[in-house]
Amino acid sequence: AGPVESKNEAAMSELVPESRQKPVVPMKPTGINANLLGYIGIDTIIEQMRKKTMKTGFDFNIMVVGQSGLGKSTLVNTLFKSQVSRKSSGWNREEKIPKTVEIKAIGHVIEEGGVKMKLTVIDTPGFGDQINNENCWEPIEKYINEQYEKFLKEEVNIARKKRIPDTRVHCCLYFISPTGHSLRPLDLEFMKHLSKVVNIIPVIAKADTMTLEEKTEFKQRVRKELEVNGIEFYPQKEFDEDLEDKTENDKIRQESMPFAVVGSDKEYQVNGKRVLGRKTPWGIIEVENLTHCEFALLRDFVIRTHLQDLKEVTHNIHYETYRAKRLNDNGGLPPMTVETEENHESNL
Amino acid sequence: QNDGYRTLSLSGHVGFASLPDQLVKKSIKQGFCFNILCIGETGSGKSTLINSLFNTSFDDPVSTHFLPSVRLRAQTYELQESNVLLKLTIVNTVGFGDQMNKEDNYRPIVDYIHAQFEAYLQEELKVKRSLFSYHDTRIHVCLYFISPTGHSLKSLDLLTMKRLDSKVNIIPIIGKADSISKTELQKFKNKIMNELINNDVQIYQFPTDDETVSEINTIMNGHLPFAVVGSMEEVKIGNKMVRARRYPWGIVQVENENHCDFVKLRKMLICTNMEDLREQTHIRHYELYRRCRLEEMGFRDIDPENRTVSLQEAIEAERHDFQLELQRKKEEIRQEFVQRMKEKDAILKEAKQQLQTEFEHHMLMLKEARLKLEEMEKGLEDEIAMFIHKKANAELLQSQATFSTPALSLKRDKDRK
Repeated sequence: AGPVESKNEAAMSELVPESRQKPVVPMKPTGINANLLGYIGIDTIIEQMRKKTMKTGFDFNIMVVGQSGLGKSTLVNTLFKSQVSRKSSGWNREEKIPKTVEIKAIGHVIEEGGVKMKLTVIDTPGFGDQINNENCWEPIEKYINEQYEKFLKEEVNIARKKRIPDTRVHCCLYFISPTGHSLRPLDLEFMKHLSKVVNIIPVIAKADTMTLEEKTEFKQRVRKELEVNGIEFYPQKEFDEDLEDKTENDKIRQESMPFAVVGSDKEYQVNGKRVLGRKTPWGIIEVENLTHCEFALLRDFVIRTHLQDLKEVTHNIHYETYRAKRLNDNGGLPPMTVETEENHESNL
Repeated sequence: QNDGYRTLSLSGHVGFASLPDQLVKKSIKQGFCFNILCIGETGSGKSTLINSLFNTSFDDPVSTHFLPSVRLRAQTYELQESNVLLKLTIVNTVGFGDQMNKEDNYRPIVDYIHAQFEAYLQEELKVKRSLFSYHDTRIHVCLYFISPTGHSLKSLDLLTMKRLDSKVNIIPIIGKADSISKTELQKFKNKIMNELINNDVQIYQFPTDDETVSEINTIMNGHLPFAVVGSMEEVKIGNKMVRARRYPWGIVQVENENHCDFVKLRKMLICTNMEDLREQTHIRHYELYRRCRLEEMGFRDIDPENRTVSLQEAIEAERHDFQLELQRKKEEIRQEFVQRMKEKDAILKEAKQQLQTEFEHHMLMLKEARLKLEEMEKGLEDEIAMFIHKKANAELLQSQATFSTPALSLKRDKDRK
C-alpha cells in the first residue's frame, strides 16, 4: 500500500498552488519627524505641480436638468460667458419637445489665464415635460452610470492611456420651478435617486419672479423638504474633510443654497457700466448684482472655489462607489463588454 | 488636437483660472510623498549626501563590510517647509558590493522596487479601495553612487543599472568626488556616459519639453553624472559657516559650484524636477510593471483572433479554464482512489484465498492425523483384546496344569525359581 499512498499525496499538492513568496524587505516604513536646518526648496513642488496641471489642462462636465423653459441654457451661457448653448437666444417655438428624455452632450474648449478647460455641457431636453413623467430620471441615471462604466473599462485595461478621458458628470444643476410653494414630487424623486450617484446642486430658476421675502421663505421650505426626504445635495455633509471645510460648507448649505438665480446673455448700461441683465418695464435686473439674485454666488461656488472639489468627490466617492458595486456584483470581476455597434466599428 | 470640440471665446471673466490653485490647495492638504533609493557600495558617501541634501541629520547607523547579502533599509521622515508637508522615504542599500560573489547583489533591490509596485497594484485592484489616501511607497528616484576611481564604471555598476533602468528613474552620481582632480573628472564623466550609452542604459533625462525649464534641464543633462561631495561639518569661511571638508591643503566647500556639483543635484532633484520624477514613476515605470504583471497573470487586451477582449472576458475564460482543470484533477484523484481500492481489494482477496487454502490444508492434516490416531487406537484395542484373550488362555492353562501335576508344577516352580 506504501507507493500508492505517496502518489496521491503528490497529486494533492499539485492542486494547491504554491503561494507567492513574501519579500523579505521592509515595505511600510514608519514616519519620523526631522528638523530642517536650512532652506532646501521642497516648497517649489507647488510650482512644479501647478505648471504641470496647466500644461495638461482640465476636463469639466456639467449637466443641467429641469423642465423646458426654466432657463437652463441661458444660465449655462451666463456661467461661462460664452455661447455654450446655442438655444438661448429666443425660444424657438418651432422646436418640438422630445417624446422622451434625451441626453445631449456638447463639448467646448475655453481658455482663461493660461488655463485650458474642456467643458462639456450635458443637456436633458424632455425631462419632466411629458404627461406621464414616471421614471423620467432613468435615462439620466443610465447616462451617468454609462460614463462611470466607460472610465472603469479604460482603467481596467492592460495597456492604459496616459490620461483616461474623463466624461463623468462632475456636477448636476437641478432647476427648481419658482412656484413659491414647495418642491414637486418629480423634483423629490429625481433628487432622491440621483444624489446617490452624482453631485447635485439645486438651483431655483427664474428667481426674478419672486420678491425677497417670498424667496427667503421658499428657500427655507425647500431646504426643509430636502432634509426631511434625506436628500444629500452637494456639498455633502459626510465628505467635509476638516473643520475648515465644515464651517465653510455649513454656511453655504444652511444659508445660501439652493441658489436663486437669474440668467442672461444680454448686456445693458447701468450706472455707466455694462452689465449682464434682463430689461423689464419696471427696471433692469442685474445678474451679477448680489442684491438682485444669487447668480454670482453660484458662479463663485461652482467655478472659483469648488470646481476641483466637485471633480474629486466625483472621482473619489461616486466613481469608487460605482466601481465597488460593479465589481461586487460580478464577483470581483470588471464588467462584461457587450458587443455594441461602437466596439464593432472600432475594430474595422 | 481638440478632436471635434468647438473653441469658444469668453466675453468676460469667468474665474476658472483659479483651478490650478484649487488643485494645489488640495494637494497641500494631502501632503506629498517622495521616495529616494540610494545604491552604492559601503562607504561611498550615501548617508552623508542625503544628510547634506536635506540639511538634516537623518538617523542612519554606519554598517560593516561583512554582511552576507544585500539588504535594504527604509526610513520615512516628515519634513515641513512653509506650508508644504513632505513624507520623505529614504531607502539605503546595505552591504552592496561587499561580497566575494556579487552576482545576486541587484536582486534584493529589484525585489524591493517590485514589492512597492505590487502593493500599489493590489490597492488599485481592490474592490473597496482608497487610492487618494494611499501612502505611496514606490521609488521615485534612484541615486546610483559610482566609485570615484577615475577610470570607468565597474561591471557591477553596469549590471545593476541595466537591471533597474526600466523600473526606476536612475540618476548616476560620483560620490566622494573630491578625490578626483578637475581634469580627470571631466574625462571620467565622459567615459561613464559613453559606457552607459554603449550599453544602452536608460538613465533619467531631465525633461526638456517645458520652455521654462528646458534650457536649464538641457544644460544639466550635459553635466551628468553629478560629482558630489557631502559633509555634515561646518567650517567658517570669511564670516559665514558653510558645509565643507577641511583638508591640510585646503577646504572643499559643498555648496561651491566650482568645487562640486552638489548644488546642481539639489536643484535638479528637488527644486525643478521632483514632480516630474513622481509623474514618470507613475505613468511609465508603474504602468510597465502593471502591464507585465497582468499579462503574467494571463490577461490580454487582444485575444488570439485579434478581437479586443475585456478584462472581464479574460478573467471569465481564465476561471473557466481553471474550473476545467479542477474538474480534471478531481476526476484524476477519483480514478486513483478507485484504482487503489481495487488493488487493495485484490490483495485482501488473495490473502483471504491464501488463508483459506492454508486452513483447508491444516484441516486435511488434522483429518489425516485423526485417522492415524484412530487406527492406532484400533490397533491398540486389538492388541489389548488379544492380550486379554491370551491372558485368559494362559490362566486356563495354568488352572489345568495345577490339577494334573501339582508336583510338576512345584518342580516347575522350583525350576523356575
